[in-house]
Amino acid sequence: MRPHDALDGDRALLRLVSAPARPASLLVSGVHVLDPRTRIDALHDVLVRDGEIAEIGEAGSLSAPPGDVEVIDGAGRHLFPAFVDPHVHLRTPGQEHKEDLETGTRSAAAGGYCAIVAMPNTSPVVDSAPILGALLDAATREARVPVGFSACITRAMAGRELTDMAELRSLGAACFTDDGKPVVDAGVFRRALQYQRLCGGVLALHEEDPSLTGVGAMHEGSVSALLGVAGIPSVSESTMVARDCSLAEYEHARIHVQHLSAHESVSAIEASKARGVAVTCEASPHHLTMTDEDVRGLDTRRKMSPPLREAADRDALIEGLRNGTVDCIATDHAPHARDEKEVPFEQAPMGTTGLETAFAAVYTDLVLPGTLALELVVEKLTAGLGCIDLLVPQIAVGEPANLVLVDLGAEWVVGESGYESRSENCCFAGRRLRGRVLLTVAAGAVAYRERSIMLVTSSGGPSLRGPGVTSSGGPSLRGPEAET
Amino acid sequence: MRHLLSIEDLTRDDVERILDRAAAFAEVSDRDIKKVPALRGRTVLNLFYEASTRTRSSFELAAKRLSADVVNFAASGSSVEKGESLKDTVLTLTAHSPDAIVIRSPYAGAAALVAGWTTAAIVNAGDGKHEHPTQALLDVYTLRQKLGSLEDRNIWIVGDVAHSRVARSNVLAFQMMGAHVTVCGPPTLIPRGIEALGCAVRYDLGDLREADVVYALRMQHERMDQHFVPSLREYAAQYQINGRRLSPRQVLMHPGPVNRGVELSGEVVDSPQAVITMQVKAGVVVRMAVLYEVLAGGAPSLRQRPRPTEPQLA
Repeated sequence: MRPHDALDGDRALLRLVSAPARPASLLVSGVHVLDPRTRIDALHDVLVRDGEIAEIGEAGSLSAPPGDVEVIDGAGRHLFPAFVDPHVHLRTPGQEHKEDLETGTRSAAAGGYCAIVAMPNTSPVVDSAPILGALLDAATREARVPVGFSACITRAMAGRELTDMAELRSLGAACFTDDGKPVVDAGVFRRALQYQRLCGGVLALHEEDPSLTGVGAMHEGSVSALLGVAGIPSVSESTMVARDCSLAEYEHARIHVQHLSAHESVSAIEASKARGVAVTCEASPHHLTMTDEDVRGLDTRRKMSPPLREAADRDALIEGLRNGTVDCIATDHAPHARDEKEVPFEQAPMGTTGLETAFAAVYTDLVLPGTLALELVVEKLTAGLGCIDLLVPQIAVGEPANLVLVDLGAEWVVGESGYESRSENCCFAGRRLRGRVLLTVAAGAVAYRERSIMLVTSSGGPSLRGPGVTSSGGPSLRGPEAET
Repeated sequence: MRHLLSIEDLTRDDVERILDRAAAFAEVSDRDIKKVPALRGRTVLNLFYEASTRTRSSFELAAKRLSADVVNFAASGSSVEKGESLKDTVLTLTAHSPDAIVIRSPYAGAAALVAGWTTAAIVNAGDGKHEHPTQALLDVYTLRQKLGSLEDRNIWIVGDVAHSRVARSNVLAFQMMGAHVTVCGPPTLIPRGIEALGCAVRYDLGDLREADVVYALRMQHERMDQHFVPSLREYAAQYQINGRRLSPRQVLMHPGPVNRGVELSGEVVDSPQAVITMQVKAGVVVRMAVLYEVLAGGAPSLRQRPRPTEPQLA
C-alpha cells in the first residue's frame, strides 16, 4: 500500500486558481538574488518574459530585449522567490465584512505572497462540493494571487462525520482541515487518516484539547495570573499533537500541524519526525516574535488561538526552524472587523492579520539581531505550500515567475498607511519594522507594486509617471493604487 | 490622578494620599448631616454590568455625600439587553457629559478600555477577575485603622483565588504597604503563575497561625458545578475559617457577602475579631476619597492644602 500516491504533485497547480492576469515581462537589474533552494546568493540581472523566468545573468550582463519589457532597478534591493502561505482566512463565504477573496489576496500580494491557501471555517463552512466549487469559481474572477481552498475534515466542522473527502479532493480541495477547531474525537480522526489512502490530501490540524482550554483567552502563566484572565495551558496543544502524531504513525498517514505555539509541541513533533512519522508543521510570525508579556495591555489584536506563549516557547519555535523540526512559517492571517475587536479582551474573537507584516516582522526581530539567517527565513516563508504538496516557488530559468522584490533597508510603521486587508486587527500595529515589499510577481503576473517604487522603462530614463502607469500597462493596473 | 483602573497603576504615595483623605472624610459620615459640597454640580454615573448591591450603593452614597449627582445604569432593563456593545453604550452615556463613570464589568480590562472612549474619569469597580482597586483600598484603610501599619504583617488570603479580583488587588496593595502575603486555597483554584505577584502559595491551613490577618474569600456556588472542588462540605472541611483555626490575636476580613458555614463559620463572623462591618463602613469614605481624587484633582500638593470638607448646612 502506498498511501501517498494520491498526493499528486503534478496536478498541484490546478488546485491554485486566480483571476486572469497579463503575464509580466520585466528585467530586474543588479538585484541581490537569494534563493536557498537553487543556491543563488549574489547580484544578478533577472529577466522575466511572458510570466516565465527567461534568463538569470551576472549583474549588468542582461539588457532589456526589444518590446514591452519593464526595467526595474534592483540596486540595493533583494529578490527572493515569492512567499507562500498554507494558512490564511479569507472569510468567504459569509463573513465578507472581515475579508473577501479580492482584499485577502491583495493583502497577500502586498506581503510578497504568490500563493495562499484559505481555511474552510467560513459561514457556511466548506464541507460540500457546491460550496468549494463556487469558491474556486469566484477565485477565477477575484483572486489577485493564486489561492487554494481547503475543505473540512468533518461535516459542518462538527467533528462527527467525515465530509465527502474524495469528491472534494477531486474538485480541487487543497487539503483538509477543521482549522479553528481540533478533531476532538480520536476515532473520527482515525477514519479521516484511513480515508486519506483513497482521496489523498494532507490533513492540516488545529491542535487543542477543548477540555484543557476551557474558557481560556490567553496563555496560562504568570501574566494570565496577574491579569485574572483564564489561561490556555501549553499542554492543551501538545497533548493533541502527540496523540495525532501517534495516530498518523499507526495509519501511515500524512499530517501537517498548524500554528505550533508551545515548546512541548515542538518536542512532540521532533520526536515524531525522529520516528519517521510523515508530519510537517508551521509556526507563525507572531509566535516567533512575541510572548504573553505582549498581552499585558490586553490589546485584542494580540488575542489569537493558539495564544502567544512564553519566551521559552518562542525560543523553541525559533530553534525548531533552525534544526528543521518546524518546516515553514505560516501567518494564520485571521481578519476581524474593527467593532468585533473593540470589546473587552475576553469577549474578543481570536485572530490577527499577518500577511502584510510577516516578512518584515521576522526580518526585524529575528534576522537583524542575528538570531536567524536571512536565507533560512526565506526558505521557511516559501516552504508552506510544499508541506501540502502544492507549490514550491524557485528562481530558476524556465520556472513561472514567482518573485518578491524587497528593500531590506526601508523602515515603516505598521498600519500608518492602512492595510490592503479589509481588516486592521494586526498584532504588529504601530511597530516600526524594517524590510518593505516593493513588488510581487505571482504566477507570472505583477500582483503588487509598492507606491513609491521608481520605474525605469526600456525606452528611456527614470520615469516620473505615477505608479500604475507603466510601459508594460496591464497587470500593474491591478495594483492597489488603481483603487484609489 | 485621572482614573483609578488598578492597584498595579498606583504608588504607595498615591495609596497613602487617598487613605489620608478618606480619614478626613470619615468625620463627615459621623455627622447628622452627612454631606459636603466638594463635588456639587458634578455627575457620577454608575455603570454596572454585574449584579452588585454593596459596591454600587457604596459608590452612590459616596458620591451623594460629596453632593454629586448620581445616575445608576444597570445592564438589566437597559439597551444592553437589546444587544448594544459596551462602546456604543459608553458613547451614548458620554453624550450626557458625566464627570466620572464608575464601571463594573465581568471582563478584565473593561475599565481601561472605557477610559479610551470617553473624557470622563473612570473608576474601576471590578473588571472580571482582574482587579477591584477600591476594595483593596478600603481593606488597607481598615487594616490601618485596626493595626496602625501593615509593615511586616503576615496576611493570608484564603479561598478561591483564581476567580477573585479582590485577591489580585489585595495581594498587590498589601505588599505595596509592606505586608507579606500568602495565598491559600484548593490547588484547583490557585492560578498557575500566581507567585509572580510576589506572594507565597500554600495549599492547606497548617501554618495559618503565622498570619496576623486572615482574609477569607467568598466561595461561589457555581464553582461546584465546574468541579473545581468536590463538594462544599469537603471545601469547608479543608478551608473553612472557624473557631478552632482562628487564633484570638488574628484579624478576620471578608469582602462579603459571607456564606456562613462555608468559607467562614458563624461563630467567627460574629466574633470581635471580624472587621467585616468596618470594611463596609470604610467602603464609603474610601470611595469618597477616590471620587474626590479623580474629580477634584489628586496632585500630591493637595495633601498640604486645608481639608476640603466644610460642613454644608441645608
